[in-house]
Amino acid sequence: MSSSNTNVHLGTGAPGTVHVSHDHHELGFLRKYIFSTDHKVIGIQFMITGLIMFLIGGLMAMAIRWQLAWPWTEMPIVGKLLFPATGKVISPEFYTMLFTMHGTIMIFFVIIPLLTGAFGNFLIPLMIGAPDMAFPKLNMFGYWAMVPAICLAITSFFVEGGGASSGWTAYPPLSTIASAAPGSGQGQTLWLMALTWSGLSSMMGAVNYVTTIVKMRAPGLTLMRMPLTIWSLLIAALLQLFALPVLTAASILQLMDRVIDTGFFTPTNLIVNQYNAEAAGAAAGGQPLLWQHLFWFYSHPAVYIMVLPAMGLASDILSVHARKPIFGYKPMVYSMSAIAGLGFIVWGHHMFASGMNPAMGMTFMVSTIMIALPSAVKVFNWLGTLWGSRIQLTAAMLNALGFVAMFIIGGLSGIWMAATPVDIYIHDTYIIVAHFHYVVFGGSVFAIFAGIYHWFPKMFGRMMNETLGKIHFVGSFIFTNGVFYLMHQLGLAGLMRRTADPYDYEAFARLQPINEIISYCAFGLFLWQGFFIFNFFHSMFWGKRAGRNPWKATSLEWEAPSPPGHGNFDHQLEVFRGPYEYASPEVEEDYLPQARNLNA
Amino acid sequence: MRFLATFLFLALLVFGVWSFQAAESLGMWLPPHVSSFGPDIDGLFYLILWMVTFFFVLTEAVLIYCVWRFSKKDPSKAQFSHGNHKLELLWTGVPALMLLVIAFAQMGTWADMRFESRFPEGEPIAIAWASQFDWRFQYPGADGKLGTMDDFEVAHDFVVPVGEDVKFILRSRDVIHSFSVPQFRLKQDAMPGMAIPVWFRVEPENKRGESNVGDYELICMELCGWGHYKMAGMVRVLPRAEYDAWVLDQQARFLSNGIEE
Repeated sequence: MSSSNTNVHLGTGAPGTVHVSHDHHELGFLRKYIFSTDHKVIGIQFMITGLIMFLIGGLMAMAIRWQLAWPWTEMPIVGKLLFPATGKVISPEFYTMLFTMHGTIMIFFVIIPLLTGAFGNFLIPLMIGAPDMAFPKLNMFGYWAMVPAICLAITSFFVEGGGASSGWTAYPPLSTIASAAPGSGQGQTLWLMALTWSGLSSMMGAVNYVTTIVKMRAPGLTLMRMPLTIWSLLIAALLQLFALPVLTAASILQLMDRVIDTGFFTPTNLIVNQYNAEAAGAAAGGQPLLWQHLFWFYSHPAVYIMVLPAMGLASDILSVHARKPIFGYKPMVYSMSAIAGLGFIVWGHHMFASGMNPAMGMTFMVSTIMIALPSAVKVFNWLGTLWGSRIQLTAAMLNALGFVAMFIIGGLSGIWMAATPVDIYIHDTYIIVAHFHYVVFGGSVFAIFAGIYHWFPKMFGRMMNETLGKIHFVGSFIFTNGVFYLMHQLGLAGLMRRTADPYDYEAFARLQPINEIISYCAFGLFLWQGFFIFNFFHSMFWGKRAGRNPWKATSLEWEAPSPPGHGNFDHQLEVFRGPYEYASPEVEEDYLPQARNLNA
Repeated sequence: MRFLATFLFLALLVFGVWSFQAAESLGMWLPPHVSSFGPDIDGLFYLILWMVTFFFVLTEAVLIYCVWRFSKKDPSKAQFSHGNHKLELLWTGVPALMLLVIAFAQMGTWADMRFESRFPEGEPIAIAWASQFDWRFQYPGADGKLGTMDDFEVAHDFVVPVGEDVKFILRSRDVIHSFSVPQFRLKQDAMPGMAIPVWFRVEPENKRGESNVGDYELICMELCGWGHYKMAGMVRVLPRAEYDAWVLDQQARFLSNGIEE
């Protein structure tokens, strides 16, 4: 199974069934750090890759903010380099590519790989007391499938017509008919292939996570003793398993529409930009709405793939740094399952204005309204966890608290969108942009920061600098709200998204100064990440050495050395209790590890 | 850090509520509505606004209190509690009821807006054609029927009568567009291959008794290509007599010039 002589017996039966033999030979650099089958190395590979893509996606966001604050203005310094043909200004064509690729990169190459790829890989075996993943080679392929995906996505900018420009949602016919948009030439084909490769990566990961969690838990670690991080990763993996095939199939259909002239999404009598695909021999008779259904059948669950693991990480970090058991463990598990279950029947709420049968709109409205409930229950339980606790305001904790504060905003604004009549007004306006950035940036990204500060000692054996971490949090929190909060009001004024220059409209001309403020905050937010990048790489080599359990936490990963060697654990593990025994009266310290036998 | 963290979260709460309260005076609020959908949609919006504000203030205030109160240096242990069954029931049940109220409160409005069984009687007054990147409106000629030889087409301007139900057919010639007039609280995608009926009624007067006759910007709200940002039109709302005169004038022009506009 694994390349070294690591022997793993699957099963959760009697104590001692997890047996690791440490007679492996030293691996060369290439096998150890590049083509590694070790889940920890793969997790760190996903993390570094995701952070680099985060930088690229962030740069695109900066260009978008430049255009929205000062449309058609020469970009200083980099303008000459990037846009020599258009006189140092962003062209409207390039603007459509920018927001398309910003969304694509942030979703498929940053948030999903960071949460499921990096944290999923690194934490699952460690937190369940397993020596590695169930399928280490598949795991390695899962990472390496990201490489063609990223190459294809980046290359697409340099082909004729440029990168995909029909939004990350790629609605046909804009995306399928080459004459509809400059990026709908080769760029869109490469985009679809990139998406399929990244889906393949997620799929291999998901199969691995589910198998590992179900089959390889340490003795005594029952399902209801698993940390919420593991629950959230299990549920997210199940969402990927069931929803991803639909997107993959849809992408292949769109690819066929483009490459071999099928007409799954092309209606008859379509003349786009004076080009009639049918007259040129392509098939037609298709239905653009079909793509929207198939796309959102995956991409709405994808939203939960992007937020459930963040909820799991935040729950664990809140409990550890508040020195108090998680409030309502079972309701937390049930509400995550409810979010995942309902998540499959709410996709139509992206299509209220699309021309879908309004009776279906009403059905999707009810399921969407009800999905607010489990999210609310989770917020109340986090607050219940904090009540009567002993909060330690570490960088990890601050980011987890920031996650809760901003997830509340993202969750509440969603209720307007669920209400169909109100959604008709706010659909495709900036309040939507505010909403999902509060969930995915204020929520997921802050949970990712919290997770990195919290588990960095386990990953690299060294602590991150706390002072720099706190400076990083304070600035990021202020700027994040500076960027995204006022977008609510812009949206209520009717300002539409995906628009290079809205100020020609009489109604929107007066909103330009607000967009300037937002852009200054965005530039500040971007530059402020320097504190994080410096801290991350500096601490990797020169940080204070961390012991096994620097946070005095209870879950199993802290039983292993920091960083854990090949095979993870150097002693037999048995689990005696749940993962949140903080402040337990049974022992003198304020934490009681899962693996401590009190009767021994 | 304790002061700073408390201040940050408090600042978010204060700024969050203040900026919504001040938005109207800063010109960042819903434009006054003029259509028959306006009162229902805005009423629902404000109902949700109050509910959301309540939960926002409640949850953020508890968070701020916890950060302030429980991050004090304290050598004693935290409360050892794994939860509270009654509390769970309370904070599941109450929001569930509120959400159900919101779900049922809006069904009628939605049905009025979109169910074809609730559409006004009569023939559509025009076909609105969207294409990259302009709007065209096809009106019936003297025979009063759409789709016959004497139809006339106008670019950019959609002329409609005030105070009457206006039904039209929305179509696209190429990619997906969206017909949106913020003041009408109306938005409908134009889907290629589909002919989607849409209706609205501009009320004669607004709440303050001013006439709603006038021009309203028509905005394409669905990404339709590089020129999406400039795909504007205008809805011109006229009194019935002026509307009739305009239609007659256009019909006469079409007949005298052959194909016009």
